[in-house]
Amino acid sequence: MNNNYRGGMRLFAELVVLLGTSTKTNDKLDALATYFASAGDADKVWVIALFSGRKPKRTVNATQLQEWCREATGLPAWLFEECYHTVGDLAETIALLLPQNGDEAETGYSLADYLRQLVQIGKEEEAVKKELVLRCWRQMNKEERFVFNKLITGGFRIGISQKMIVNALGRSAGVDAAIIAHRITGDWDPATTTFSTLLSEEGGGGDLSKPYPFYLAYALEEEPAALGDPAEWQAEWKWDGIRGELICRGGQLFVWSRGEELMTEKFPEYQAWRELLPEGVVLDGEIIGLRAGPGAAESGEGANVVVGQDGNAGVTESDETVGLDFVPLPFAALQTRIGRKNVTKKNLQEVPVGFIAYDLLEYEGQDWRNRSLTERRAQLETIIGSVNHPLLQLSPVIRFRDWEQLAVIRQSSREVGSEGVMLKKKSSVYQVGRKRGDWWKWKIDPLVIDAVMVYAQKGHGRRSNLYTDYTFAVRGGDQLVTFTKAYSGLTDKELAEVDAFVRKNSLEKFGPVRTVKPELVFEIAFEGIAASARHKSGVALRFPRINRWRKDKTPAEIDTIEDLKRMLEVYGK
Amino acid sequence: MPLIEFTDKGLYCPQGGFYIDPWRPVDRAIITHAHSDHARAGSGAYLCHRLTVPLLEWRLGVAAEAVQGVEWGEPVFMNGVRVSLHPAGHIIGSSQVRVEYQGEVWVVSGDYKTEDDGISGAFEPIKCQVFVTESTFGLPIYDWKPQPVIFGNIQDWVVGNREQGKASVLIAYSLGKAQRLLSCLEPVTEKIYVHGAVWNIHQALVNAGVALPPVERVMPEMPRELFKGQVVIAPSSAEGSPWIRRFQPFAVGVCSGWMQVRGNVRRRNADAGFALSDHADWKGLLGAIEATGAEKVFVTHGFQATLARYLNERGIAAAEVKTAYGEDEEGGEPTDKEEKEAAHE
Repeated sequence: MNNNYRGGMRLFAELVVLLGTSTKTNDKLDALATYFASAGDADKVWVIALFSGRKPKRTVNATQLQEWCREATGLPAWLFEECYHTVGDLAETIALLLPQNGDEAETGYSLADYLRQLVQIGKEEEAVKKELVLRCWRQMNKEERFVFNKLITGGFRIGISQKMIVNALGRSAGVDAAIIAHRITGDWDPATTTFSTLLSEEGGGGDLSKPYPFYLAYALEEEPAALGDPAEWQAEWKWDGIRGELICRGGQLFVWSRGEELMTEKFPEYQAWRELLPEGVVLDGEIIGLRAGPGAAESGEGANVVVGQDGNAGVTESDETVGLDFVPLPFAALQTRIGRKNVTKKNLQEVPVGFIAYDLLEYEGQDWRNRSLTERRAQLETIIGSVNHPLLQLSPVIRFRDWEQLAVIRQSSREVGSEGVMLKKKSSVYQVGRKRGDWWKWKIDPLVIDAVMVYAQKGHGRRSNLYTDYTFAVRGGDQLVTFTKAYSGLTDKELAEVDAFVRKNSLEKFGPVRTVKPELVFEIAFEGIAASARHKSGVALRFPRINRWRKDKTPAEIDTIEDLKRMLEVYGK
Repeated sequence: MPLIEFTDKGLYCPQGGFYIDPWRPVDRAIITHAHSDHARAGSGAYLCHRLTVPLLEWRLGVAAEAVQGVEWGEPVFMNGVRVSLHPAGHIIGSSQVRVEYQGEVWVVSGDYKTEDDGISGAFEPIKCQVFVTESTFGLPIYDWKPQPVIFGNIQDWVVGNREQGKASVLIAYSLGKAQRLLSCLEPVTEKIYVHGAVWNIHQALVNAGVALPPVERVMPEMPRELFKGQVVIAPSSAEGSPWIRRFQPFAVGVCSGWMQVRGNVRRRNADAGFALSDHADWKGLLGAIEATGAEKVFVTHGFQATLARYLNERGIAAAEVKTAYGEDEEGGEPTDKEEKEAAHE
């Protein structure tokens, strides 16, 4: 018996290899489904946990792993570093450096066994931890060591979405994917939850904090006119915070982020609503820095930005410019809050975090997701209105006559502190995951600046051993001032070209970073800009990426630090 | 005057008046092997191993009378300098160049691997005072599995694909890796289909008397059903090209030392990566260098800074040298000519 448990770690390592190399969604689904059909139950629970963003508690740190590997291999530290920068992944570097054990070394241990042992040594002395890790390494082949090290260092990113896990589970368990998605969300501990409980009606213990999976919008790629009759659509601002779910059940209040992270502790200001919100309510909205008071929504020229508490025509003032009831703070402000472990009084005063609600998922303990947006919205307005708290705001509905008018209104997104417009079909139900059709995000064009590349570093993952991570500078007098890094936006072919340039034009080398002859000019796009004392340039960008390679421009033609400061003046308040 | 100088045309022996693997046209060139970054057209006279001769003729269009072929160990004297070639184990015909003058011995490795692959000749360690070594895979993360193990992995993959009704397309350099794969594939398939670029090299070698398992060239008029579940060897230029679509459904497996790192497999968008390399791994490099007993080591193309530093720390005087070898990181991408052929297939 227990045949399934034999070599559980090997089975899992093979799954990871398959998922890492399959290029087609269907192959990945097959690999997952096959895995779920053959793996042991305890292992399956862990796999669901790992791939849905739950991590085992860290009992060994990366530095220790590195040291033990260096000791076991006798390599000098600098050579280990060189290897790490070439591979771009610590767990993999170690797996490659440890002496080979041969493929026959079947251990018979399961994934759950190893994880249990790792958790158990949490309070032990370093020597005990070391002994365990070294023993585990000896039992494993290269692939197993890689996943084992990954489990220790965290950050398991294998290129599959939670949606895929859910679909594969649905396939092997014969249950609707949406139901599975709900069952595996929430706060459950893979060490104590059994597979059958997890997939049972109550899900992982039926806890009060269990959130609903988020409904995510795709970016609108064509003109909104393609969506048909504007009267069927509700428009809102797209806020630049963190997507969150506010759950009020059993006299308790929980906050979940889109990353499926319970963040209740981070926002003590929310606890004030515990008494104010009705029992059995789940709100979908934006966690965002907020100041109460009239907002800055001065509309773009001639555009009548009409916002009201009601999506229906003719209720509020028409053809009159109305401001917001609040001022959203830039994302950088929110970051100062979520980054810290303990929130101080000073933090709370400097960056009060509010919640802009835009949907109602549960009311009076009932799942409302299958009702129409119009119905959910009406009830949401009543709820938020009755709470009447300056930090709990309703995401205003943008009133518009036709798509042309909305296009003009959208131009003023940055002025109201938003990054564009959301379009939601009024008749739509609240779906699971990213789906096309009923919800769209229509973001404004990014801000852009021309800059020259000055540093390059090797990338990670599929960009390992390629110089793909760049630092850019603008001109400041007769000097170059670095202001951002950017990692994405170039095609594989362009990356190879830049990589070849870096290898031929390195001026100096310090650690993994190469100083490169400032010659290549790129247009950097970003979503927002904020003042920053931490950066030499005095600014921090939001979502910087390479928009295009300006082969037509020379470094003499790049933008200046004054250009950046001007953008900060206009958009970075 | 050193016996060999590093010039902007290549490695030059002033006493003997010859270059080794020059990257610009010269009067006399000794060629370690026929890969495009080591063997370039335009020189006046070539000296290489007997089995490299037909490859130079085919690939560079060098006239037969301009190429002199020698056996391994057979000495050739040039202005008092004794030159001999010795197996490098890299690909068929690949050789190290031993240069001796007045008791001083230099060995230029070209590209090499220390594991005997069964077709390239077993790498021969040669005592010398100065050794010029490559360093393509000069990091300890490159630690190859033995050939039989990797062959087993490839065979399992081929059989698995066939069970799913898929053809197996193995991406391999048309000179070297493609021939090496034949003995791996022969036991698991009746026919081995090859891309035109692989076919041409195959013919050149067979005509020169090299015994290789038979292969079948993929022709435009062949019906697609023919390839169902079959095995195909193609150069990397075929990846993602219209040419490869005829094998649908198929899986792509890339055979290259770079496949040792996961990120590279993912970057190539390959279904599988096999770290099968014709270059020495870290241990192979260190072992080969030690076996020469050299007092001085020059490290060329690859991780030259890393390997040179490591050797110095281990008490072996080493310096890095910039060359034009290995400019394509694969240490052997198809030549322009093959790229064109692939596009036309």
